[in-house]
Amino acid sequence: MSAKLAPRDQGVPDHKPLLHPGMARNYGKWAYHERIRPGVLLYVAESGDTLYVVRAGSPRTMSPNTVRKICDIADRFCQGHLRFSMRTNIEFMVEKEEDVEPLIEAIKTELGFPIGGTGPSISNISHTQGWLHCNLPGTDAAGTVKALMDDLIDEFENERFPNRVKLTTSCCQINCGRHADIGVIVQHHHAPRINHGNMQICDLPKVVAICPVAAIRPAYVDGQQSVEVVDEKCMYCGACHGQCPSMEIRDADTDTLSIWVGGKGSNTRGGPSLMKLAVWGLPNNPPRWPEVSDAVRKILQAYKEGGKDWERVGEWIERIGWQRFFEKTGFPFTKYHIEDGPNAMWTYNRSAHVRI
Amino acid sequence: MAEKTKGKKAPYKTELNTPLLDELEKGPWPSFVTDLKEWSDTKPQVGQLLNQLEESYETRWNYWTGTVLNVSGYGGGIIARLSDKAEKYPDLAEFHTIRILPPAGFVYSTEKLRNLTDICERNGAGILQLHGLTGDILALGFSNEGSKDAAEDLMENGWDLGGSGAALRSLQCCVGQARCEMACFDTMETTRFLTNHYISVLHRPEFMYKFKMKISGCGNDCANAMISSDMPIIGTWRGPMQIDQAKVAEFIDEKGVEHVIDNVITRCPTRCISLRGKELVIDHEDCVRCMHCINVMHKALKPGKDKGVTICLGAKRTLKIGDTMSSVIVPFMPLKTEEDYQNLTDLIDRMWEFWNDNAMDHERIGEFIARVGMGTFLEGVGLEPDPRMVETTRTSPYIKFEELAPGRLEGEQKQEPPVWQREPESTESSP
Repeated sequence: MSAKLAPRDQGVPDHKPLLHPGMARNYGKWAYHERIRPGVLLYVAESGDTLYVVRAGSPRTMSPNTVRKICDIADRFCQGHLRFSMRTNIEFMVEKEEDVEPLIEAIKTELGFPIGGTGPSISNISHTQGWLHCNLPGTDAAGTVKALMDDLIDEFENERFPNRVKLTTSCCQINCGRHADIGVIVQHHHAPRINHGNMQICDLPKVVAICPVAAIRPAYVDGQQSVEVVDEKCMYCGACHGQCPSMEIRDADTDTLSIWVGGKGSNTRGGPSLMKLAVWGLPNNPPRWPEVSDAVRKILQAYKEGGKDWERVGEWIERIGWQRFFEKTGFPFTKYHIEDGPNAMWTYNRSAHVRI
Repeated sequence: MAEKTKGKKAPYKTELNTPLLDELEKGPWPSFVTDLKEWSDTKPQVGQLLNQLEESYETRWNYWTGTVLNVSGYGGGIIARLSDKAEKYPDLAEFHTIRILPPAGFVYSTEKLRNLTDICERNGAGILQLHGLTGDILALGFSNEGSKDAAEDLMENGWDLGGSGAALRSLQCCVGQARCEMACFDTMETTRFLTNHYISVLHRPEFMYKFKMKISGCGNDCANAMISSDMPIIGTWRGPMQIDQAKVAEFIDEKGVEHVIDNVITRCPTRCISLRGKELVIDHEDCVRCMHCINVMHKALKPGKDKGVTICLGAKRTLKIGDTMSSVIVPFMPLKTEEDYQNLTDLIDRMWEFWNDNAMDHERIGEFIARVGMGTFLEGVGLEPDPRMVETTRTSPYIKFEELAPGRLEGEQKQEPPVWQREPESTESSP
């Protein structure tokens, strides 16, 4: 290691010099913004200045080749500035309307990135690391997203839904992908397999303490300190696996995928909501996970047909009821859809309101 | 900690053999496989990465082990990965991710982005992810030495590492006033201020568990703060929203009355909007700042003039006790002056102190509040209870009213130390 260290604790780079000149000039003085077509937003400042934002979907994981191509385009069209959105889209900005078309052409031909993800469309899928680089995954992330977005690209490039649809995928039960209108999650179906010979790498009291259902208890196995798992109590969440790699929760033969619907982070209308189980038991089927794509498409189709303007997926289901959700999508409703956690009673239909 | 000294040996060139991944080169969405395959000509270790990923696709199994690696002075920022197949893919033996703090609002100059790309290329595999769900720039593919060199290189160039582990995590915000008329405060400046103010706890994990702050300029919450951060800061306003009745009339002329009734009037969560001819009448006292009507009629309606923030607390995803959602902890505070920022950091300091003094290991602040109760938490951090913090008052009648049982509470148990602090009564007498 070199003797001289670089300065520490510098914090975030100052954003002010990184702003597009149009943003810097009108900082805090914007009048309104609107979508002029899918993938293109127009921001109008109080001064009358305009800023056209062209949103391109990216694969998130990119080589320096690709990042440099992105920079080349931003240098040619956008005065050397650009922005990334929360959902890994790239936002190219130009001040004149006549620059929009050539910019889109350059993005499509030089990068091959689609334009869209604005308004009532499907935005890019927020995803996790998967087999590419995580230590805990039961499935891939970037590949799942690529396969799903290949299928849904039409809905990225058009604005045809009642409201925006946000998708996430998660590659284990920790659910780093978070809540979304439609979320895909891996599920495990066995208690952890304990590698008793390798428990010395784990902090045993922490392994016992982290179990949310107190299914793990200390045990001596072959004369060594280890733990045991009470299968009846274990809910296969994998909290212990994150704490201790010797508590293997995954199983390549039995892990499945499930689809959850109706999550929403925004405070609009009814406020934030959590996503709920729609479909379970889909196979973890690389390289293209066709069963997942099929199920997501069914949900999207029913939502597109039945949702009213501004209703997000969860609000649509809340209005039509879960009975009709299952009718319209064709998925079976099973006993596993009924909550059995500590707050289960509050999720039952606690009235005689029934659609008959 | 004997490190393999590989020196500057050229990475081992591997023949790509990825029939399953090749399937992901098909289709219209841009393919990371195609991109990385091409890049493997420049960085052979990327070829090994793809071959290992191909094996995962075949076996549905993962081949990475997580470990810990730190650069001098820091306790986080590097997500260390060792391949279980290092014999086959020697350059994946150490193949770490570095988390890098992005500029607030994810704005870049190409100069800055090229600089970042160059640093990652010259010290490792150069793969970039813009951005991770933590809000960091993720750079993949560094050896132990490469990680340290890259970190020094980054910091020489004005970058800094992001948070990981039981620490303050990298902050994230929406584009805010830089490009949005709805933003009620300067989200980028707040993000930069808080990050830099708390940079030490971001780099050195000293909490019971992670703490995430995300910052959105209005209730639309483009930063995804409400359901994915321990402390969402959401822009809002006091007093009436701004209405331009001429623009309201224009909107009605253009879209029709039914459109306004269906999409504005009846969608208001507190039913506080009504229509009088071509005028919108809003009962401002009942407006909850959800932003819906402003989204629909964005030229006619605007947030009010006296702006500030609502601070919530406690969201996390499902592991352990299940999902927790953020709830209001400060209904309104202005966030403009130095004094306002001082008030904010004072509050954060008090909350962190109370949480870290009393939380269990691996307990997020939302789980902690769920365990000790919001009343206890408010008392612990010195905040007054406010009805805007709850959806309803309680339904359980079993309550310890301190005021109504003063004698017993004062006279008896309270003075006595807890069991674990008491002196043993007699150690000799036990047989």
